Amino acid sequence: MSKQKNSFLEWIDKRFPMTVTWRAHLSEYYAPKNFNFWYFFGSLALLVLVNQLVTGIFLTMSYKPDASLAFASVEYIMRDVDYGWLIRYMHSTGASMFFVVVYLHMFRGMIYGSYRKPRELLWLIGMAIFFVLMSLAFTGYILPWGQMSYWGAQVIVSMFEAIPFIGETLHNWILGDFMLSDAALNRFFAYHVVTLPVLIVVLVFVHIIALHEVGSNNPDGIEIKENKNPATKIPVDGIPFHPYYTVKDIFGVIGFLIVFCGIIFFAPEMGGYFLEYNNFIPANTLQTPDHIAPVWYFTPYYSMLRAVTVNFLWIDAKLWGVFLMVAGVAVFCFLPWLDRSPVKSIRYKGPIFKFALTMFVISFFVLGWLGTQSPTPLYTLLAQIFSVIYFAFFILMPWYSKIDKTKPEPKRVTK
Amino acid sequence: MADSFSIDSEMSGRRKFLVAATSVAGGVACIGIATPFVKSMMPSERAKAAGAPVEIDISRLEPGMLLMVEWRGRVVWILDRTPEMLATLEKIEPQLADPNSDRDQQPVYAKNRTRSIKPEILVVEGICTHLGCSPVFRKDIAPQDLGADWLGGFFCPCHGSKFDLAGRVYKSVPAPTNMVVPPHVYLSDNVLLIGAESKESA
Repeated sequence: MSKQKNSFLEWIDKRFPMTVTWRAHLSEYYAPKNFNFWYFFGSLALLVLVNQLVTGIFLTMSYKPDASLAFASVEYIMRDVDYGWLIRYMHSTGASMFFVVVYLHMFRGMIYGSYRKPRELLWLIGMAIFFVLMSLAFTGYILPWGQMSYWGAQVIVSMFEAIPFIGETLHNWILGDFMLSDAALNRFFAYHVVTLPVLIVVLVFVHIIALHEVGSNNPDGIEIKENKNPATKIPVDGIPFHPYYTVKDIFGVIGFLIVFCGIIFFAPEMGGYFLEYNNFIPANTLQTPDHIAPVWYFTPYYSMLRAVTVNFLWIDAKLWGVFLMVAGVAVFCFLPWLDRSPVKSIRYKGPIFKFALTMFVISFFVLGWLGTQSPTPLYTLLAQIFSVIYFAFFILMPWYSKIDKTKPEPKRVTK
Repeated sequence: MADSFSIDSEMSGRRKFLVAATSVAGGVACIGIATPFVKSMMPSERAKAAGAPVEIDISRLEPGMLLMVEWRGRVVWILDRTPEMLATLEKIEPQLADPNSDRDQQPVYAKNRTRSIKPEILVVEGICTHLGCSPVFRKDIAPQDLGADWLGGFFCPCHGSKFDLAGRVYKSVPAPTNMVVPPHVYLSDNVLLIGAESKESA
């Protein structure tokens, strides 16, 4: 029996590098042995991606991308399709949880310096995934064609009008009409179910290939490849990904699913944060809801957008707002070159970095909260102050990371 | 690939030329084939045809009342301003970014303090010039959320932009310009045509 199996494997291996691939990426991919819970979020992001792909396919079977039918078809899924409610809530909750795990995954990279050399490109590919993820979330939110879908999309596509000279043509080109209408809904559906999912799957594949080329970072931020067993050429601080980390990740998956199911079954709208109440009203092109806010994962950037209220350098406030919002996301791309600290991990970084990171996290949360609130003069002022702190974390990093008092890195990984 | 050419380590001038020429031809072909796809995403003929002007009977409009009509899928407001409302327009001017409507957001016949043909009737697209939300008509004076010096106007709930009762934008708000006055004409005392400046051009 086993001999037969081996000859079958040989037959495959002569035609496709199956065993080689299995070894290179799983059974003989050596990851540092000191991973902690922060290392769950990569595999969880993959799990959520699969959840979105599978539930998404089933939703397209009943959804209609037509401005006059879309809203009713979503209600049809919720009321008349067997388990339609479950599949839709898995998809809508999955969208929010995608951002939860991706934000935690990125934060892990920030505290342990995973973006530093030689992982700069890995970080940039990750940022590309983040951009595609944001586009997916945006196009997906339009599809139910409720009030928030419509007016949220209106705000986002109007940003393109702020671009000088080509703005209006670009706006019409994106919408396929002179205003947000059926044409736009139809094409955003195409992006959401074909273009962007293909892109994100390819990018995730490339991300993993890049990771396995440079090897995983770890909470100590030291390179395990620099200390190999001379006989076996295996890093002394490395353990094979399979079975050690596959088993560990299953633990993470169980914990995640408990939370995920809890939300789906007990609070799928999450108090208006995951699914906004105004989106249960069909789109009305004549009336903006009294209070509009994006879904929670966009609110920090949304706060920056509306924080700019003064014209500056011949460019008006509107364009600056758009610029600041884009910069708020894109600035992460520069992290590998902004950080000049001699050490990677927060464990060995000094008090200035810890203070700066704390201020950054606080400003991210405050901006996020402000983005859910109606603008008042006080809130606008707060948004301005915290936007400055947010950007100061990045812009001042080359200086403070250099003068910070760091501790020496260990030679071997620690607990 | 590179290895097979490594016998003579440098590419000859002829080969360089051929590689460059092939790249240019390929590039042109890519632009050529992309054109129909990019063009297919522009507004279709049907979308272009849908922009016809609309005729509105305003005889039922009463002072202080706001009427909403749809033109090209956009909301257009018709506001009949009371004398008290018109009186606020001068008082508010120090707080405005462009009180004289110098930026081209209206037809010439609406470039005046009331931004209208008839002083009391305001015709304006009900779309915030910031990011396209539809502002809320707030005629209450000095409400708690907008402050004691609020004399009535339009407030955008999305990003907090403020406009006066002629659709003129306040200073230091996200919206850069006054609201847009669409082309319009009175066909008779009570019939308004929005989207064209004469019956014929419609």
